[in-house]
Amino acid sequence: MKVALRNGRVVDPASKFDGRADVFLDDGRIAAIGTAPHGFVADHTLDASGLIVAPGMVDLCARMREPGTDGALKVESHAALAGGITGVVCPPDTDPPLDEPGLVRMLRQRSREAAGARLYPLGAMTAGLGGEALAEMETLSEVGCVAFAQTGALPHDNSVLLQAMRYARTFDLPIWLRPVETTLAGRGVAASGAVAGRLGLASVPDVAETVALHTVFELQRSTGARVHLCRLSSSAGVELVRRAKREGLPVTCDVGIHHVHLIDVDIGYFDSNFRLDPPLRSTRDRDAIRAGLADGTIDAICSDHTPVDADDKLLPFDEATPGATALETLLPLVLKWATEDKVALLDALGKVTNMPGQILREPTGRLAIGAKADIFLFDPAAPWRPEASALVSYGKNTPFSPYELIGRTRYTLVGGDLRFARK
Amino acid sequence: MIDLDAEAIYRRFAARVREHVAGRDVRLVGVRTGGVWLAERLKDALEVRHPVGVLDISFYRDDFDRQGLSPTVRPSQIEFDVDDQNLLLVDDVLYTGRTVRAAMNELFDYGRPARIDLAVLIDRGGRELPIEATVVGATVEVPREISVVLSRDQDGRLHLTLEQRSA
Amino acid sequence: MPEFGRHPQLNRNGELHHLLSIEGLPRPILERILSTADSFINIAEREVKSVPLLRGRSVFNLFFENSTRTRTTFEIAARRLSADVFNLDITRSSTAKGESLLDTINNLTAMQADMFVVRHASSGAPYLIARHVAPQVHVINAGDGRHAHPTQGLLDMYTIRHYKRDFSQLTVAIVGDILHSRVARSAIHALTTLGVPEVRAVGPLTLLPSGLEQLGVRVFTRFEDGIRGADVIIMLRLQNERMKGSLLPSAQEYFRNYGLTPEKLQLARAGAIVMHPGPMNRGVEIDSHVADGTQSVILPQVTFGIAVRMAVLALVSSSQRMH
Repeated sequence: MKVALRNGRVVDPASKFDGRADVFLDDGRIAAIGTAPHGFVADHTLDASGLIVAPGMVDLCARMREPGTDGALKVESHAALAGGITGVVCPPDTDPPLDEPGLVRMLRQRSREAAGARLYPLGAMTAGLGGEALAEMETLSEVGCVAFAQTGALPHDNSVLLQAMRYARTFDLPIWLRPVETTLAGRGVAASGAVAGRLGLASVPDVAETVALHTVFELQRSTGARVHLCRLSSSAGVELVRRAKREGLPVTCDVGIHHVHLIDVDIGYFDSNFRLDPPLRSTRDRDAIRAGLADGTIDAICSDHTPVDADDKLLPFDEATPGATALETLLPLVLKWATEDKVALLDALGKVTNMPGQILREPTGRLAIGAKADIFLFDPAAPWRPEASALVSYGKNTPFSPYELIGRTRYTLVGGDLRFARK
Repeated sequence: MIDLDAEAIYRRFAARVREHVAGRDVRLVGVRTGGVWLAERLKDALEVRHPVGVLDISFYRDDFDRQGLSPTVRPSQIEFDVDDQNLLLVDDVLYTGRTVRAAMNELFDYGRPARIDLAVLIDRGGRELPIEATVVGATVEVPREISVVLSRDQDGRLHLTLEQRSA
Repeated sequence: MPEFGRHPQLNRNGELHHLLSIEGLPRPILERILSTADSFINIAEREVKSVPLLRGRSVFNLFFENSTRTRTTFEIAARRLSADVFNLDITRSSTAKGESLLDTINNLTAMQADMFVVRHASSGAPYLIARHVAPQVHVINAGDGRHAHPTQGLLDMYTIRHYKRDFSQLTVAIVGDILHSRVARSAIHALTTLGVPEVRAVGPLTLLPSGLEQLGVRVFTRFEDGIRGADVIIMLRLQNERMKGSLLPSAQEYFRNYGLTPEKLQLARAGAIVMHPGPMNRGVEIDSHVADGTQSVILPQVTFGIAVRMAVLALVSSSQRMH
């Protein structure tokens, strides 16, 4: 099928292209940008006037709630499309965890059937995510796992982490880690600081992140394993990553979009929509995150999408389930950051398109000739409120629900197939 | 705004109270604030030995649901035992009778007096409850929109003013 | 989730509608509570120890965390205002049997509750409740996690005002496990709002939270320095769980370093008063000679507590009319 996207502003971070151009798709791939290929007759044309045409976003962390709740994957996969996301990395903390090839195969099959965003499953690093025995990482990678993760925190036992990194290195498999030292994090629900002190909430000190980072970097020096750090949150942490990269360690990292915007003060009167993991930190930490994005220390931004039942948020702060729905708010929040910090659209979108693609070592997140046509078109000026009725995801739990956001996806194509169109 | 001669009315009032009391042993209880001023004067005039009891009826009013708590609540203070006593309850203006009802309810939470007599400086009519004063200084007919207010200046002189109620 | 207006505790007229925390309450409101409490002190000495102010109103004590002391004083306070009192001891396990916190609240509101007095182990729980009750219902926080115990803070202020009169010249030291103490947090907010110029927090580093300086508090880790020249010393209870483990090695070592003995009390200003929210751990945070001594006002605190709680119940009930 031949598709033409006409009159839009094309923004492709990978090639640094930002300008008016038409895009031509043929048989699920990008055939040309600018001038139509010789003899091209479009079966279908989308008018992209007033819209930006960009590579479909690649979200390095979104929870699809399957395995766990049957049918959830389809809903969340379409929520991703509604958010302009064509590729989703789902973490292994499902129910049951993704430590079995059979589960991964089933998940990928369901994803194909759902015809939503592409799914890149993360496999469990340890069996059952228990942090004790290794999972069958090599077999899991054969069935499609792109990397292996321990979620929530580093394994309790450092020797397990050391062996996991050695084993992964054997097969050149990347390890994704949350840099959290469990015993220091304790049962903290808010970041250590004046706000947690004032609100009387159990706190997570900065050292829970920095000690974990030191551990990871030392083990990397010893094993040479490739590591991606998930959800950096502290200014001290950003600085440690900066130094590790300068040293040449094979490390990449991401932040959750909410930590680019929100701080602990925003918790206000114990609003559990602001109960997130990692917890929201101070202004200084947020500034360091933004500086880290600007100088490339932080490679990518992800949504960290976590749909939570309304009932599980209507609880006292420390009992509420942490997390926010974010597939559909990712775009306007990235644009908000770009506007506030005067970041060029190419650089801002890069954090959610070609940089995640590079981290995944997948040819995705870019508009290259011959590449799969994973594209989204969005209106950068469209105002909307992320109220429950406006969201496709099962999760309605967003800290931004009373706010007006600017920027909304109009069309999303996966492999040239128009899978989402907003009425 | 008409001024009634408060001091003249007081003199008449005090004389009537003395006549009524006629040397019996009474304890004075004033309803804050105007009633307390009057009770203190009467204490000297009648040479009553006991301290004047002070009633703040804020917690006994019947209009709490509508008006809330007065911003100037202060403690009531009755230092003598009320049981079996002859009390003279003193207030400045008797109008609907609700203040006196509240004051009596409060007195009965202190104990069981043998007798309560009511002495008021001004009776302005307009009763909404079956309550009457034993001793009255002056009776004045006043329309509903006008309030009658007793005040005391820095020299201790009493003044009565009639004011238009705010809408 | 329904959100509060600018102030979760005040209605549109600036009157006290809920009492959730001392933080955020303007000074005149604190002063009004204290002066209203003056009128309730004498009531205990009368033959009839109650006033009819809240007759016909229903007060529900919802204690998700056990506390006979606090619950009893609230019950006495409510009864002395002639309110109907209902006690619901909801332990966490029975709530876990299926009924969520908010379901419990909804069911109770359907029973015409006017006021909920809530104690809960989670910081912030009363705010969640206050967000979801019907507009005419008042929520009084009787202690939430580590966050606040506003009626205790108010009765502590009432006590200080009774013995010391003028807040503007005082040095007040709060000693002990401030990290875990809602009493300390409420006292700190009350003291700073009422204009106490020097508020001190005294304890080992393991028991001090972050951000005290931002609240206007001077931090001391040496007990002697912390209480030197103080007019008021508030001793906090040290919970059993904290007494050995990773925060403190033992009750004995704690007492040696932070226990208030008669000798150490000499370091305070002459005539200093010693307070404690109770129940006391004699020999752990406070020596019996001090607890029972002439400078201790620990027993009067309890009497004042009833009057202060009566004032709070009366004032929130007074506010409801939405004009």
